[in-house]
Amino acid sequence: MLKNITGGIFAVVGAIALTIIAVHRNEPVNALWIVTAAVCAYLLGYRFYAAWIAARVLSVDSSRATPAERHDNGRDFVPTHRWIVFGHHFAAIAGPGPLVGPTLAAQFGYLPGTLWIIAGAVLGGCVQDMTILLLSTRRDGRSLGQMARDELGPLGGFAALIGTLLIMIILIAVLGLVVVNAMKHSPWATSTVFATVPIAILVGFYLRRWRPGRVLEASLLGVALVLFAVISGGWIDGNPVLRAAFDFPPVPLAAFVIVYGWLAAILPVWLLLAPRDYLSTFLKLGTVAALAIAIVLMHPQIRMPALTAFVDGTGPLFGGKVFPFVFITIACGAVSGFHALVASGTTPKIIATEGDVRLVGYGSMALESLVAVMAIIAATLLDPGVYFAINTGAGIVGAAPEAAVHTITGWGFPVTVEQMQHLAGEMGESTLFARTGGAPSLAVGMASIFGSTFGRGLLSLWYHFAIMFEAVFILTTLDAGTRVGRFMLQDFLGHIWKPMGRTSWYPSVLITSALVVAGWGYFLYIGVIDPNGGVNILWPLFGIANQMLAAIALCVATGIIIKSGKARYALVTLVPLAWLALITSTAAWQKLTSADPRLGFFAAANDLAAKLSSGVLPPDKAAVAPQLIFNQRLDAWLTLFFLAVVWFVILDMARVSIRYLRGLPVSGSSEAPYQVSRSTSP
Amino acid sequence: MTLRNLWRWLRTATGDDAYERYVEHRAKKHPGEPLLTRAAFYEESQRRKWGGVSRCC
Repeated sequence: MLKNITGGIFAVVGAIALTIIAVHRNEPVNALWIVTAAVCAYLLGYRFYAAWIAARVLSVDSSRATPAERHDNGRDFVPTHRWIVFGHHFAAIAGPGPLVGPTLAAQFGYLPGTLWIIAGAVLGGCVQDMTILLLSTRRDGRSLGQMARDELGPLGGFAALIGTLLIMIILIAVLGLVVVNAMKHSPWATSTVFATVPIAILVGFYLRRWRPGRVLEASLLGVALVLFAVISGGWIDGNPVLRAAFDFPPVPLAAFVIVYGWLAAILPVWLLLAPRDYLSTFLKLGTVAALAIAIVLMHPQIRMPALTAFVDGTGPLFGGKVFPFVFITIACGAVSGFHALVASGTTPKIIATEGDVRLVGYGSMALESLVAVMAIIAATLLDPGVYFAINTGAGIVGAAPEAAVHTITGWGFPVTVEQMQHLAGEMGESTLFARTGGAPSLAVGMASIFGSTFGRGLLSLWYHFAIMFEAVFILTTLDAGTRVGRFMLQDFLGHIWKPMGRTSWYPSVLITSALVVAGWGYFLYIGVIDPNGGVNILWPLFGIANQMLAAIALCVATGIIIKSGKARYALVTLVPLAWLALITSTAAWQKLTSADPRLGFFAAANDLAAKLSSGVLPPDKAAVAPQLIFNQRLDAWLTLFFLAVVWFVILDMARVSIRYLRGLPVSGSSEAPYQVSRSTSP
Repeated sequence: MTLRNLWRWLRTATGDDAYERYVEHRAKKHPGEPLLTRAAFYEESQRRKWGGVSRCC
């Protein structure tokens, strides 16, 4: 009874908040209404939809022993308290994705992105995460690829594996690009990010040699040192000699990231990856909490219009109409296929009882979605003119500040050179023009929020703290992703030549790591030399790939639900699957066939080739044009390959489901046999 | 929630007490059998943690 009353209150408050967002068209809306609408939607989804799915569709059974209980070994299989599992799972799924995507999608206005973040999470992303988590828990923590192989067939499993590897490569490249764009010609940001490497190594020695496993004290030491590095970055910035030593153009920074990525992947994990991860987890959770508090205290007005003229596909950050591209750009935060890999990895091995999957799976994703909502608030509380000046590449608005402000003001978003210079001065940077990639504009937004809540005099410190915070966990994702890519490649090559499959054989480690790094390093390098900023090409490609991985995960889930005799409930995963198939296929089709060079890969390649041969390109652009042309064609073929893989898995799922429904034999369920849990047995 | 509980929760959440819990588990389930040292346990748990997908975008 009480639960229904509270549910009713959330429904009413949420509806009021959504109405206010919807009707406030020509006057600024307060960010608190957006937060309220989002939180009410998550609570309602959790209280009713998730509970219904858990009970009816997944038949969650707390009397059934989980792998943690059955294999309890005090090491990886450990029954763990639900809130601690929640914390671990959230820390694992929340990365830079939900911060960057919404920032870029703000070019359409605040409304499309906000609505998709909320609806996509409640009906799609949270459902996917919870379902995959339960299915993997029932299968001794098997991975998504293994489940696809067991339940659909060997080809479906292979497609899932290849898809995952390629997505990893695109993801790392685009994240590397975000870091490089945040560091280019910024001695403060560069010195701070560089300093995190020796700090992580110091913490690594502390945890391995001096005080083994004392995670809390080591992390506190590391966080203190990293904060000191942010402050001392300001001193470096103020010293002309040191300033010059840390002032790098983008290409050397990309080389640094590439070499760093290779070293991080071949060094032992305790030395660099593990300590960096402790630091980034602490910073991440602390910053997200501080941001939430600051947004509530500051309750800023949203300055961006609800919808901009760029919904028609002429947007400067990336080409393409609001449908389907807002759904592609915001992947993490609404639906992220990558989560299915985490939900079928470590987490199922520590779940104490099946009853916890709703909190851990659905709840963690709802919180990640709230992070995405905060990112879109941070982007849209900026003056729209400032937002576009920071996020638009020089190739679109011109390299000279006067040309850029003229173009952006012409779009109806007034901004002046003085305004941008003043802002850059406040943030401790020489310029903020054309700092594409999302991180700098998010950092300006976060600095304004923190600055007006906790003290405005420290704006430049807040800005560089935000940059460092994003860089630290982007680099963690880069290290971890390269390693995962290496394991997949080793597994794959091991089928061809046995020794390559041995994960501890050093020649294999060196070669496969170098191959993975070369893969993402190539895309990173192309992104860096692209005068339009590179993010405009790579981010949509990443979004398409990530949403397609989600489609593969939902295929596995749908196939298993149908095979368990619950076809009448299959719409729960089939509807998000159909939506993802629609948006990714439409987006991929447009990227392949559009005649607009800002949207179509082939159109862009042909356009540039024509300009190159007619000699209208300035020498610096002509020098990189052949590489850009090749890359656009490569991206097109890659998109086509993704499209083929996802439809292959969809058809394979349909084949298995139809066979089951017609009573024909299908592969049996790979579920572990029922064993009663000690907690419920007499 | 008392301060002591909060501290205990924080240690478990961060993995600060993982070795103590491992020793406790071994004492209960496999008494008398050899134990890993604190450093070896830490290194092994890190290798296992980073052997699969444990971080995301």
